[in-house]
Amino acid sequence: MENMVNVYFFGKKYSVPADLTIMAAMEYAGYTLKRGCGCRHGFCGACATIYRIKGDNELKTCLACQTQVQEGMYVASIPFFPTDKRTYDINEIRPNQQIMMELYPEIYSCIGCNACTNACTQDLNVMQYIAYAQRGDFEKCAEESFDCVSCGCCSTRCPAGISHPMVGLLARRLTGKYIAPETEHLINRVEEINKGEYDSLIEQIMQKPITEMQELYNTREIEK
Amino acid sequence: MFTPEMMESVKKVEATRDERMGMEPRRMTAEEKDELLKAYHPDYKENAFEEIKIGANKGEKAPAELVSLLHSNSRLLKDKVDLSKVDYDVDVLVIGGGGAGSSAAIEAHEAGADVMIVTKLRIGDANTMMAEGGIQAADKENDSPVQHYLDAFGGGHFAARPELLRRLVMEAPDAIKWLNELGVMFDKDSDGRMVTTHGGGTSRKRMHACKDYSGAEIMRTLRDEVINRQIPVVEFTSAVELIKDDKGQVAGAVLLNMETDDYMVAKAKTVIIATGGAGRMHYQGFPTSNHYGATADGLVLGYRAGAPLLYQDTIQYHPTGVAYPSQIFGALVTEKVRSLGAMLVNKEGEAFMHPLETRDVSAASIIRECSDRKKGVDTPLGSGVWLDTPMIERIGGEGTIEKRIPAMLRMYMNYGIDMRKLPILIYPTLHYQNGGLEIGGEGFTKAIDNLLVAGEAVGGIHGRNRLMGNSLLDIIVFGRNAGKAAAEKAKNVELGNMTIGHIEKYAEELKEAGIETGEVSPLLLPKYARHER
Repeated sequence: MENMVNVYFFGKKYSVPADLTIMAAMEYAGYTLKRGCGCRHGFCGACATIYRIKGDNELKTCLACQTQVQEGMYVASIPFFPTDKRTYDINEIRPNQQIMMELYPEIYSCIGCNACTNACTQDLNVMQYIAYAQRGDFEKCAEESFDCVSCGCCSTRCPAGISHPMVGLLARRLTGKYIAPETEHLINRVEEINKGEYDSLIEQIMQKPITEMQELYNTREIEK
Repeated sequence: MFTPEMMESVKKVEATRDERMGMEPRRMTAEEKDELLKAYHPDYKENAFEEIKIGANKGEKAPAELVSLLHSNSRLLKDKVDLSKVDYDVDVLVIGGGGAGSSAAIEAHEAGADVMIVTKLRIGDANTMMAEGGIQAADKENDSPVQHYLDAFGGGHFAARPELLRRLVMEAPDAIKWLNELGVMFDKDSDGRMVTTHGGGTSRKRMHACKDYSGAEIMRTLRDEVINRQIPVVEFTSAVELIKDDKGQVAGAVLLNMETDDYMVAKAKTVIIATGGAGRMHYQGFPTSNHYGATADGLVLGYRAGAPLLYQDTIQYHPTGVAYPSQIFGALVTEKVRSLGAMLVNKEGEAFMHPLETRDVSAASIIRECSDRKKGVDTPLGSGVWLDTPMIERIGGEGTIEKRIPAMLRMYMNYGIDMRKLPILIYPTLHYQNGGLEIGGEGFTKAIDNLLVAGEAVGGIHGRNRLMGNSLLDIIVFGRNAGKAAAEKAKNVELGNMTIGHIEKYAEELKEAGIETGEVSPLLLPKYARHER
């Protein structure tokens, strides 16, 4: 007999195998998931979930696909959260402090409660990356928020109404585009290709008979 | 944590680690690879394939599960939809909200077209989001698009369509530049040089990455750009059938609201199928690294409308899927783990192969180790071999794992396994659909001249096996191209009267062939819900 636990999906009790994730347990219970299920491997943030263990006061957040069920778990998935993304033209904006002030002024209303960090399903220091954003230190904000999967659990807990994942995303795009150093070898190669420097070489290799291609492939030198 | 039996084997792995550190296992010869693939690669398991009985690829083989979808009828045979009531009328309709669809939409919008995206889950719920290891481009001094071509052509068993592969490698550097200018944070050193590594089968270090969130970083940037441009994205809405017109052109799609079950009609001058892969079909019972919606929908829609498939009988099994613990069974362990130095090691602590052979060869070799050679480690769901991750810290220095592959570290830490100190157990997982709808060099299907395909739904770019990092690349290159080409084409398309007569014709053919699966297709979502009665 499998080891079973009792879990409560939206308050309704189900007995499920103890080694399942919350997501697999919902399917075991008979749910056909539409919302609250995306990549199933912890990268897309679709399965933001809130739960409490019976008898324990603490409210916890997690990704349903990455979290194992426990006895007495009261589970509610968050099918959608109205995260507030502001729109902008990446070519028009610049990485200065004003841009955060303009697009996400609410970050300056942060009361420092740290509820966002406590709620993060990726164990990121969310409040810290918001602090970096406040100061206009986009590179640090980008680095600290890099592993964010935009599940939005932080935002559900924020008394200041901050859409943290969107702030991190803006900082990362500013960093990637404007702050990180330019890649000379990339720019050069694109230029060479545009000038047609590889056109005849690529034509030649496309025309080669398979036997010659096999020989070339099997004897090619591999960079150490 | 590992079981005591597994820990016994870990001791053997640890015992040989010092000795293995300095050596590089021999690469297999071309003949050895051929023999190995024929004996152990799942593509060669004949009873897992069936013959397609109708349509453009009649008489050819495909995985049995895919054939079943192709042999099923449209849900619109029963559910009648009034095509004269048009809900959306656009220039370019993009079906699918992953990397290819988003790139296409951005470029179509840039070209001034009226474009919209429909997607059955959310924009970004796609295999792109889960691609970890990186994206290839020959942009360094010791490399060239020609070398990239040779690696990809050979790795794909000399079967790639030259005109498609040419576009892939020649437009690769520009794809990286485009992403960089959108704000994607590639791993660079302080001078701006890209930090690049090898992938299986590459002859130059041309794998660009964003830690091990490469696809996620690309996808969330593209998604943000789509939203910034205010391109309409209709989520939780599947395309369930292409609409054609009386001139044989494609004219849009019938859409299904996944939540209300209501049908809608989208009319479009050009349509781009960017529906992705098929991992959730679980061919041959394999677990998968794919997202929830990977059910080959676009292949079914395109095929029923008359577009042929190419290489639909070749599937990629990623050599390193999670074998243990069961909660993350089948999840992807990025190839970058091997790029950074981890070896594949069997139960006895022996490095049984070079860690950077191509994916098909590596997968077959692992299957051989776990089956006939009986050198796999038993797990509750089967068996697996070790990926010796502590080697990475020895080679790159302490902290390398946390810095370069944080997602992997996090995934295993959730289950009490510290991959910096202990090796991890892996086994091949269903990862990628090498084949798909056939297109020409400009991105259009050969049968319908205003229907385009981009991304994993395309067949022929990679041949019969794909190299790591060429898929993130193809969704960008072919997505962008499809968007531009569709916008341009839309200017000259005059649509006739809309019809879905092709589904009735298809039903007739099925009937004549005596086929009755009792199911409808596309599948849309896998049937995971367990029902006791």
